[in-house]
Amino acid sequence: MTATAERPATTIFRRPSSTKGLWSWITTVDHKRIGIMYGYAAFSFFIIGGLEALLLRIQLSQANGEFLTAGAYNALFTMHGTTMIFLFVMPASSALMNYLLPLLIGARDVAFPRLNALSWWIFFFGAIFLYSTFIFGTSMAPVGVDGIGGVDGNLAPGGGPGSFNFLADSPDGGWFGYQPNAGPLYSPGTAMDYWALGLQIIGLASLVSSVNFLVTVLNLRAKGMRLLRMPVFAWMTMITSFLLLFSLPIIAVALFMVTFDRQFGSLFFAANAGGDPILWQHLFWLFGHPEVYILILPAMGIVSEILPTFSRKPLFGYSAVVFAGAAIAFLGFGVWAHHMFASGITPVAQAAFGLATMTIAIPTGIKIFNWLGTMWMGRIRLHTPMLFAIGFVAMFTIGGLSGVTHAVVPSDWQQTDTYYIVAHFHYVIFGGAVFGLFGGLYYWFPKITGRLMNERLGKVHFWLMLLGFNLTFGPMHWLGLQGMVRRTWKYAPETGLEPWNLAVTVGAFIIALSIFIFMINWFTSRRRGRESGLDPWDARTIEWMAPNPTPEYNFAVPPVVTSLDHFWHLKYQEDVEGRAVRVADADEIVANIEHEQLNPSSPIHLPNPSYFPFFFALGLPLMFYGVIYHRTPWGKALILVGLVISLAAIIGWAMEPLEEPHGGDGEPADHELDDRVELIASSAEGGGGPEGRRAAPGGETESGDD
Amino acid sequence: MTELTHEASLEHAHPEHEGTGVENRKLGMWLFLSSEFLFFGALISNYLLYSNRAGFPGVYPSEIYDIPFTSVSSFVLLMSSLTMVLAHNAQTRQDVNGTRTWLFATAALGSIFLGGQVFEFTEFIVNFDMKLSTNPAASAFYVLTGFHGTHVAIGVIMLLSLWGISRRRGGLSDRQGLNLELVGLYWHFVDIIWIVIFTVVYLLSVPPV
Repeated sequence: MTATAERPATTIFRRPSSTKGLWSWITTVDHKRIGIMYGYAAFSFFIIGGLEALLLRIQLSQANGEFLTAGAYNALFTMHGTTMIFLFVMPASSALMNYLLPLLIGARDVAFPRLNALSWWIFFFGAIFLYSTFIFGTSMAPVGVDGIGGVDGNLAPGGGPGSFNFLADSPDGGWFGYQPNAGPLYSPGTAMDYWALGLQIIGLASLVSSVNFLVTVLNLRAKGMRLLRMPVFAWMTMITSFLLLFSLPIIAVALFMVTFDRQFGSLFFAANAGGDPILWQHLFWLFGHPEVYILILPAMGIVSEILPTFSRKPLFGYSAVVFAGAAIAFLGFGVWAHHMFASGITPVAQAAFGLATMTIAIPTGIKIFNWLGTMWMGRIRLHTPMLFAIGFVAMFTIGGLSGVTHAVVPSDWQQTDTYYIVAHFHYVIFGGAVFGLFGGLYYWFPKITGRLMNERLGKVHFWLMLLGFNLTFGPMHWLGLQGMVRRTWKYAPETGLEPWNLAVTVGAFIIALSIFIFMINWFTSRRRGRESGLDPWDARTIEWMAPNPTPEYNFAVPPVVTSLDHFWHLKYQEDVEGRAVRVADADEIVANIEHEQLNPSSPIHLPNPSYFPFFFALGLPLMFYGVIYHRTPWGKALILVGLVISLAAIIGWAMEPLEEPHGGDGEPADHELDDRVELIASSAEGGGGPEGRRAAPGGETESGDD
Repeated sequence: MTELTHEASLEHAHPEHEGTGVENRKLGMWLFLSSEFLFFGALISNYLLYSNRAGFPGVYPSEIYDIPFTSVSSFVLLMSSLTMVLAHNAQTRQDVNGTRTWLFATAALGSIFLGGQVFEFTEFIVNFDMKLSTNPAASAFYVLTGFHGTHVAIGVIMLLSLWGISRRRGGLSDRQGLNLELVGLYWHFVDIIWIVIFTVVYLLSVPPV
């Protein structure tokens, strides 16, 4: 520091210091704990979204179903889609990215740990805000509006009272909230406001983490970890973050426009006043199509880690896989109108977008063939993560191929708004992203918990899920081609659609059973699973070089990376005949590193926990509740309260040093870490000179203090 | 590692990371601004879609622009970029008073611009009866320029905060100096966006066809 010395911070609150209990979770800035919180939240919403799907499937299991009212059905499919995309797959990817990204690139944390906590809390409160629509939202069916079918969702014929009609008072405009249906005229209640503003909050969370992850990848890679030595999952995290960075502002604008239309009388999408509903489709899909790759690219990264490990071969065509990922992302911004072939865009636009869409098949094909090439001639071990990875490749390929059929415009006209589309995107998102994510969970479970998940249960989970998945979504292809329309709550018996619909429903329950088995496996293995040791899979990448359990600072000595698959090359060398020979195992390598290099290049800086991300995030939903009810005095008061909370948190944040300066009054928070650091230090027979409270083991002297 | 990497890398000649060499927070700001470009890009396209579409009831924004007035307020905002540069320059020279003066000047010019916008909105609403709900073109105009104004207002708050910190602590530390640079980046971005808005929305406005 050369300029004016930083004064000791004036803090209003005492710096949070607990390392256990609720407050430690609320104030943590450790990327691993944040990742775990993301994970549990995402999984909870997976269960909720899954239950919503099961209710839908019960309704459709027979012709003229009486189980749900039309209103409840609309609400459930809207919330199912919204939940699975924004509250499950995105945060689940975020969970793994958070937990693993710094470990994968040899960093001690993300670039902005407090912003990371902020992302999580914004997401958390945004999700609660969105779901509070089930309690507070209203979805008045249009009364006296002619020409829209005349079905009052709340009083729909067929569903008697009690047929889950209480669910009808929630967003019912579909996950893409097409206008003007989701506008003030046709959805006059507050439910769609909860939807628009909830997604706005959740989008902000993703925007913040995308900046954070990008700076982390670009600036914090361990020495020698050049970009093209990064694990593919780190690459896909980076590419996904770019996608988020450039697509979220567009949906933010679109959602603001909806909110202004609904709350303040603007006329962006009011068809009756000259507004253009197609504009909404453009803006939504300009975000929405990159969003598809935001969902799938992380899973592609996960699979690119699992396949080489369990094939005991390097990833075939590493750089091609990386560049194909970048190409998919780049092209992904130029294909949005293929969601709109039936909306009346010009033939030239249709041809252009159709062709552009087909080009995406090229990089995708590159990836698939590289994955196959990785497995080819490999010594494949069919552990659960590998099964899921193979499942991913197979199911995703089916989804990709049906996707190409939508790129052909006339064929797409036939398929638009039918179950064929539903089948397609579930093969991509469930068969792709979700299989990939489960593979990642099984793969990195030992990294997170130090234990292995039960293989037998894992395999039962996989095979049941594969069966259930194909039984659920396979028949939807032909249901769709036979003309079964999306988002209809009923179909007539004479359509002949009933048998396959029943099969689909059975499949959905088989998936549910498989998830139940997964949960049993997770919770029993977490406590009682077999201890995994450092390197249970004989893995290739450096996250497995971090100690188990991983300390807050990840690596006492960040690794110096000399090659792609650095860890593997430390373990294996070639003999004269070019065969890989094991020269060391993980424990030896890690012990060596800790022993030999106890003079780190700089002290371990770790950020202290902080209250402020939590409170900053807490203010946002309060403000947005206020916006929804801004016509009432307490609505205005809520805006003010939220604003004050957030502003106070920002001021506190700005005043709070990232880490407490040296010689500050001792806080219990640091003891655990200090103990651990000292432990490492003393094991080196030197004893770290206390360089300052957070000084790393060994101090600066070359030979230690011995 | 943390946001302190900057300081750490100054102290240790050998940075311990592969990286861009751009300080973390600055890189983060650049990335954030790249995202903001799309935010305004969407708003501007949205305005262009509606600005001259014929057949809306009421007044179109393009019919009532006061170009001389807006030119002056645009000039004021552009000058604030100059004072922002001067503030940053003074900070790098450790000129505490200069930094403070130019920070305040930038905030003041930004506030004058905002005042102009409030005046413009009031004129449009009161004298020309063009409200947010008059027609889609008006909606697009208010939401676009309103979001820009909000960005300016946030910038003014950040500038005044830096000014206040500098007064309270007798100058800005290195860390706060970096903050000044970040606020500067943000401020220039907001100016650039205004140049685009002023050109595309005001100067090149086409009457409804």
